[in-house]
Amino acid sequence: MSDVQTLVKGLVKSYGRQETSLMPILQGVIKVERSISESAMIEIARELEISTAKVFGMASFYSFLDTKPRGKYVIRICKTITCAMKGKNQILLALEDSLKIKVGETTHDKHFTLLETNCLGWCHKAPAMLINEEVYTELTPEKVRQIIEEYKKNEVVD
Amino acid sequence: MGTKHLRRMDLIFTRDDDYKNLVKDILSRKNEDIINEMMESGLKGRGGAGFPTGLKWKLTSEKPEATKYIICNADEGEPGTFKDREILTQVPYKVLTGMAACAKVIGAKEGFIYLRGEYHFLVDLLSKAIDEFHQICKVNSFDFNVYIFLGSGAYICGEESALMESMEGKRGEPRNKPPFPTDLGYLNKPTVVNNVETLAHAFTILKLGAKDFHDLGVQDSHGSKLFSVSGDTPIPGIYELELGMSVQDFADDFGDGDCKAVQVGGASGFLVPRKRFKETSIGYQGKLKGISLPTGGSMMLFNSSRSMYNVLSNYLDFFQEESCGQCTPCRVGCQQLVKGIEQVKRGEKPAAYLDVLLKLTDTMKVTAKCGLGQSVANSFQSIVENFKEEMIY
Ligand SMILES: Cc1cc2nc3c(=O)[nH]c(=O)nc-3n(C[C@H](O)[C@H](O)[C@H](O)COP(=O)(O)O)c2cc1C
Ligand code: SF4
Repeated sequence: MSDVQTLVKGLVKSYGRQETSLMPILQGVIKVERSISESAMIEIARELEISTAKVFGMASFYSFLDTKPRGKYVIRICKTITCAMKGKNQILLALEDSLKIKVGETTHDKHFTLLETNCLGWCHKAPAMLINEEVYTELTPEKVRQIIEEYKKNEVVD
Repeated sequence: MGTKHLRRMDLIFTRDDDYKNLVKDILSRKNEDIINEMMESGLKGRGGAGFPTGLKWKLTSEKPEATKYIICNADEGEPGTFKDREILTQVPYKVLTGMAACAKVIGAKEGFIYLRGEYHFLVDLLSKAIDEFHQICKVNSFDFNVYIFLGSGAYICGEESALMESMEGKRGEPRNKPPFPTDLGYLNKPTVVNNVETLAHAFTILKLGAKDFHDLGVQDSHGSKLFSVSGDTPIPGIYELELGMSVQDFADDFGDGDCKAVQVGGASGFLVPRKRFKETSIGYQGKLKGISLPTGGSMMLFNSSRSMYNVLSNYLDFFQEESCGQCTPCRVGCQQLVKGIEQVKRGEKPAAYLDVLLKLTDTMKVTAKCGLGQSVANSFQSIVENFKEEMIY
């Protein structure tokens, strides 16, 4: 059995086979793999006895259920109005510069993916971003550079 | 600037160490007494639509089905709102008490908190609060369990029928209404969907009585309301204020002295230009004089350095991306609006093309299937009509 199959079977075991479990199962795959591969979708469809089209329909609808391969750390920077007014573009430039990638891309070592997202709900502490589930607010270019350096350092230790 | 005009309230975030006794007390009351209290308070839903909460509970309580649900809507995706997260962080037990009161009244054994994926970090804290609350229910022999359901980054799932679709393992595509969730909701059972803040207010009402709450605010807009304040303000944050205030008073208290416009109700709300501050108030449509705007509480301030074209373009991008794509007026309409204002700005289309776009938003208002597509007209019309020059030059 492949890793993905084992992962899906485990998730199905804890959430159950009913369709109301589809979302938590997909989220469980994201948590480990950071994206939902074709083989994961096929496995989920088989386990829940639903069509693969349904699983894909679900995954392709939700912006956090990525179907493209993503890095270990997915950075989502808020681009909605208040963050945009409070310097989101400078933050983005700093991120692109420290990661050497553009929005939508993943670093060669598959550690980081850089994405934009809609309102994160931190407008009073703009600009804001998520790295996986972690929230970072009141960002400055210096601050994001530091944050990325920290993540990179931890990667080397890992 | 400062606290010149508006009275700051502190009902929601006040800690209540005695809430266990309130739960016990509520569970011993008669259902009709709880419903009457809620109706008399005048509380209307704080998620934006403003449906009377007591009536929603009453309608659902009258359904004969054995299985019903209460869902707390914590999807909070409207640009500029962040108060629900703060409520769940600081006083989750108030929301849970509100849910339990509703569950008792309607006869639900299960409740859900639909928490937006962006607030994933809250899960541990919230689960702890829920575990504690389950203990209290148990002590009082009340059979009620609350579960967290996490969203996955889709604004449309804040719309109650899309929210339930999503919980059922489907794409978050709004359903036709009617039937309303009170008739056919989650898994086709009668369901109450209430905003986080609505449930927290229910706590206050059931604790202090309907009158104290009803006395706040003006005329048809009773009680206090949390406002999420952001943009060009020296004091961004969350404030509890009385309903019925004028935008002028709000701008005086929160603006930076150079306030050009206030967006009331987020991207799906209205932009109020300075010349309309005095005649516009914040509250539900009704007896208020002049224009009155309902809101989920998002208040974004813009000073004179801001381009209203950029603001509108940012909103339209948001709608285009968040449209579920299910119906044509909204899916294609949003795309055309994004493209249209760009073309006018670049001089590829004449200024008169803005009138065509305004008509398009009128059409979207009446033909789109849900509130997302219907409300694009709000910000589009209020911005284009008041800041036409900025759209063209
Ligand atoms: C596009 C759209 C997004 C919405 N998002 C939310 C939301 O994030 N939170 C919320 O409580 N209500 C939201 N609503 C309103 C809900 O559909 C529903 O009216 C509300 O949750 C009912 O609770 P209330 O009566 O306590 O306000 C949204 C509506 C629409 C049309
Ligand atoms: S109005 Fe927009 S969001 Fe609503 S159902 Fe139609 S396409 Fe979907």
